[in-house]
Amino acid sequence: MNLRRKLVDKTMTLIPLLCVIATIIPLISISGYLLYQGISNLNWAFLTELPKPVGEPGGGMANSIVGTGIVVGLAGLLGIPIGILAGIYLAEYGQQTRLGKTVRFIADVLLGVPSIVIGIVAYAVVVVPMQSFSAYAGAFALAMMLVPFLTRTTEEALLTVPDNIKEAGLALGQPYWRVVTGIVLRAAKAPIFTGVMLGIARIAGETAPLLFTALNNRFWHQGLTGPISTLTIQIYNYAISPFQDWNQQAWSGALVLIILVTLLNLIVRISSRSRYTQR
Amino acid sequence: MNQVAINAKDLSIYYGDFEAVKSITMEIPSNSITALIGPSGCGKSTLLRTLNRMNDRIVDFSVDGELKIDGESIYAPGVNLISLRKKVGMVFQSPNPLPMSIIDNVTWALKFHGIRRSRERMEIAVESLKRAGLWDEVHDRLKDPAVKLSGGQQQRLCIARAIALQPKILLMDEPTSALDPIATRMIEELMISLKEDYTVVLVSHNMEQAARVSDRTAFMLLGELVEYALTEELFSNPKDQRTEDYITGRFG
Repeated sequence: MNLRRKLVDKTMTLIPLLCVIATIIPLISISGYLLYQGISNLNWAFLTELPKPVGEPGGGMANSIVGTGIVVGLAGLLGIPIGILAGIYLAEYGQQTRLGKTVRFIADVLLGVPSIVIGIVAYAVVVVPMQSFSAYAGAFALAMMLVPFLTRTTEEALLTVPDNIKEAGLALGQPYWRVVTGIVLRAAKAPIFTGVMLGIARIAGETAPLLFTALNNRFWHQGLTGPISTLTIQIYNYAISPFQDWNQQAWSGALVLIILVTLLNLIVRISSRSRYTQR
Repeated sequence: MNQVAINAKDLSIYYGDFEAVKSITMEIPSNSITALIGPSGCGKSTLLRTLNRMNDRIVDFSVDGELKIDGESIYAPGVNLISLRKKVGMVFQSPNPLPMSIIDNVTWALKFHGIRRSRERMEIAVESLKRAGLWDEVHDRLKDPAVKLSGGQQQRLCIARAIALQPKILLMDEPTSALDPIATRMIEELMISLKEDYTVVLVSHNMEQAARVSDRTAFMLLGELVEYALTEELFSNPKDQRTEDYITGRFG
């Protein structure tokens, strides 16, 4: 009997362990293979030079790296405030109102819309009126993906703040807005930042919404109203090309993208650590 | 006899159709400790949270009758909740420090109440921490997160935070129920010293506590105010059979 109990215990511990390993294997093998394929071409020139014409060796993706930074940065500038403020509205003001429920429903639907469709919308709304592919159009498309995501993650983050510290603020004669800004947002800072990071990482890796919004550019972008190169599109173009050296550079581009996203993640994670909340 | 701080007349409190407090009439004198006792669900916490209008957050909450603090009806239209809650402070059942440093916990609310200079806020905070008997334990780590304090210390911090606003009334909703006996004793001694300056209304599950610290005790049952008298009298010579049953432990 005792033996059986121990056996069951061991098996039940083993099953989750196996699942953990099954989760880690793809992660490690992807990053490992990426590193293996990408590292050979990853040098200073790759980070600082423009792409070379076909057949000429060397060259880099400097314009794409900067382009991704610009497009994702613009998308963040537009999407982060809107998403977070909408999340605050949902959690603190419109929890049970009709408007709140509608916004939440729309955000959920928008989250499930395929990114290529978002690209088409951005094409119709920004590219067609402006008569040009542009960094703005790409950023608009990415922001449209970022906003519903941040709205929901911010709402979830704020809802984890226990009610008793809100009551503490109210009982001190503070208006609700001050309880929200001074207590609730402070307490939920870390999960909100995590949401922002995940959102940024997600849109930085998007290709489809940029296909016919930011388009691509083999040179430095000429202002934000013209086509701009991004890492994902450049990786796509290079990966499907028939040229061996381009294929190889696509791997390096992917490696750069992963490294950038990971770095961003680490920086914000460390800086947003809150001293004042439990856990 | 002191002045009357809180005056309720035919006060009923409803959650939707449910009458949680039934037509209560009582006067609470200032600079004293009044304990509200009774079994769970008797309406004592509801009554307490009505005194600073914390219940306003509950959607279908409503009151009927008269409730005056310092002679002014607090449910009259146009009452300013912010100044009401500044005047009527509250300490909660479980310590609820704000997610900030020890000192900021005390100074945070002051800024909004018109104390602009940070030095002045600091002075008030130090004074309040001393008053709450916490200063000696925290003076060398004021910048530490408040959540690092022990439960009893956190509760005294919450008291310091409340008295920093210089309220007239201090509501305490079972302030020691989450604390160990030593921390409980410190809070009880603090309560007794606080009544020099404040009117304390205490909700307690613990009859010994009510008997130890309060001047007057109100016994509530199923929303009714069964008996309200000087504490000594209520515990030694209850007028109502139900009070006697409760304090002798026959039910509740």
